[in-house]
Amino acid sequence: MSAQTANLGVPPAPAAAAESEPPRRRRRNHLPYLLLAPTLLWLVVFFVVPIFTSVSASVQEGSLDQGYALTWRWANFADGWNQYNGQFGRSLLFAFLCTVFCLLMGYPLAYFIAFKGGRWKTLLMALVIVPSFTSFLIRTIAWKTILSDNGVIVHALSSLHILGFTSAIGFTVGNHVLASPAAVVCGMVYNFLPFTVLPLYTSLEKIDPRLHEAGADLYCSPLATWRRVTLPLSMPGVVGGTLLTFIPAVGDYVNAQLLGNPNTIVIGQSIEHEFLQDSTGYPIASALSVILMAATLAIVLVYVKKAGTEDLL
Amino acid sequence: MSAASSSPLSGPRTAAAPAAEPRTAAGRRGRGPVEWIRAHVLATTSVLVFVFLLAPNVVMFVMSFNAPIGRYNYIWHQFSADAWRHPCAVGDICQHMGLSLEIGVVAMIGSTVLGTMAAFAMSRHRFRARPMVNTLLFLPMAAPEIIMGATLLTLFFTTIGSGSMGFWTIVIGHIMFCLSYVVVTVKSRLAGMDPTLENAAQDLYATPLQTFMKVTLPLVAPGIMAAALLSFALSVDDYIVTKYTAGDQITFPLYVYGAVQRSVPTQIDVIGSMMMLVTMTGIMAMLVVSRVRARRR
Repeated sequence: MSAQTANLGVPPAPAAAAESEPPRRRRRNHLPYLLLAPTLLWLVVFFVVPIFTSVSASVQEGSLDQGYALTWRWANFADGWNQYNGQFGRSLLFAFLCTVFCLLMGYPLAYFIAFKGGRWKTLLMALVIVPSFTSFLIRTIAWKTILSDNGVIVHALSSLHILGFTSAIGFTVGNHVLASPAAVVCGMVYNFLPFTVLPLYTSLEKIDPRLHEAGADLYCSPLATWRRVTLPLSMPGVVGGTLLTFIPAVGDYVNAQLLGNPNTIVIGQSIEHEFLQDSTGYPIASALSVILMAATLAIVLVYVKKAGTEDLL
Repeated sequence: MSAASSSPLSGPRTAAAPAAEPRTAAGRRGRGPVEWIRAHVLATTSVLVFVFLLAPNVVMFVMSFNAPIGRYNYIWHQFSADAWRHPCAVGDICQHMGLSLEIGVVAMIGSTVLGTMAAFAMSRHRFRARPMVNTLLFLPMAAPEIIMGATLLTLFFTTIGSGSMGFWTIVIGHIMFCLSYVVVTVKSRLAGMDPTLENAAQDLYATPLQTFMKVTLPLVAPGIMAAALLSFALSVDDYIVTKYTAGDQITFPLYVYGAVQRSVPTQIDVIGSMMMLVTMTGIMAMLVVSRVRARRR
């Protein structure tokens, strides 16, 4: 442990500063702060401070030409909420659906790789991550080809009369899948699935497979073994995976822009729209991002509390 | 495996005895199509999810050989390798890619150096502010990207003005969101390291510097490599934060996003396929190297 202090090229802290403690301990307590200083400074200046700048900007008034003044105009929040509450609701709904589908698809996959993957585990996990190393915009555009009107998927769904049903509940539009809420959610699930699978795999992989055999020995059906043994043990992965999916999904607007229609506008698009508006949009956009931030934080805190895994944060 | 079968926990499935009890899952196998599906439902689901995950990459690769009708490369028309022969033929597409790669390299170096230092501090030292620092490191990973982008825009807008935003403001934003990922990756590698190796080196009269250079660093190197690759990939692929910090610069993702409004040239799929082939070769090489090394040991 003490070796670490000197070997990173950091000059040892003056031992005179700590008279009551032995010099070695003093040095050890100093080094982590020196190592952390650049990272902390970076995160404080470019992550924490901007949040406060935004909060202050959200109660300002003015325009691009005349400049902005801090007038404590709380009405920005009311204006933003009244104008865009539909978009807020849609963002949360899409993110919720995306999280549920990611969990439904990601859990079996992570379970399969962790317990049946054998020596192919690493390769299979690489297959989950490899797509992420190609531009996600291009991959999202590829969904336009897959879901296009004369593609296999649309043909299959419409000949099974599924599209009629989904259109009736407003998930697709007419005989198309593209430019509909269904396409947006599909693109989101696709984009965030690796974020669900990774934490799930990490927690499932730690479970001793002999516990399954113990369950079977004690006359548990495979399903009961999963419900009583595997699921409780994999809860940290479930909570971590759903958080890592839901949080970025709330703010995502690329899928809504590329795969949606004018009726699937989410809050991200509204924020961008307000920022790009030249005159008075800027304080409203800041107010919208503050509301989004507060809402996401509240949902996450309630969820983590309910899930009983506060030590995750 | 031999350890498992000799342990009292091992069930009939791993037991060597041929007379396996029929009540276990193994005993039910092969009794008709319904049972077969039940036994393979997990594998089938996994294959379908893999198809879902990999289909867009396959489609992208196939469509890079398309000669589309009109300006949008969405529908297959006929085979053509033109786009592969002239990947830079459309607008400034290669300049945009070049800018993205430049930003990616700078952001990768910055975040890997800072993040590795922080990871050492976090995993090797116990200090009072540790829980708070942990939270601060976790938050950027948990924040929606649009929040980081919008708040950074507000900061830059109020301090330096939108006119001076460009290359360096993009880099600042990218380093900011890459840092957490670097810390997590390097930290997990450090956590999995055997501490006795460093003690052994010191017992053998290695100086602290020698211990670090000859024992610690080589052992952590794969973690640092992975973190660097991850931050490079995150940076090159980023759209949202870049959009808000770019000023008048156009990176490759910004170009692609803008292109969707006007036309989608085949070259976009070609460059995407190139990225895919390069990363796949890299990951294959890493897997092969680790296999060979593991066999040698």
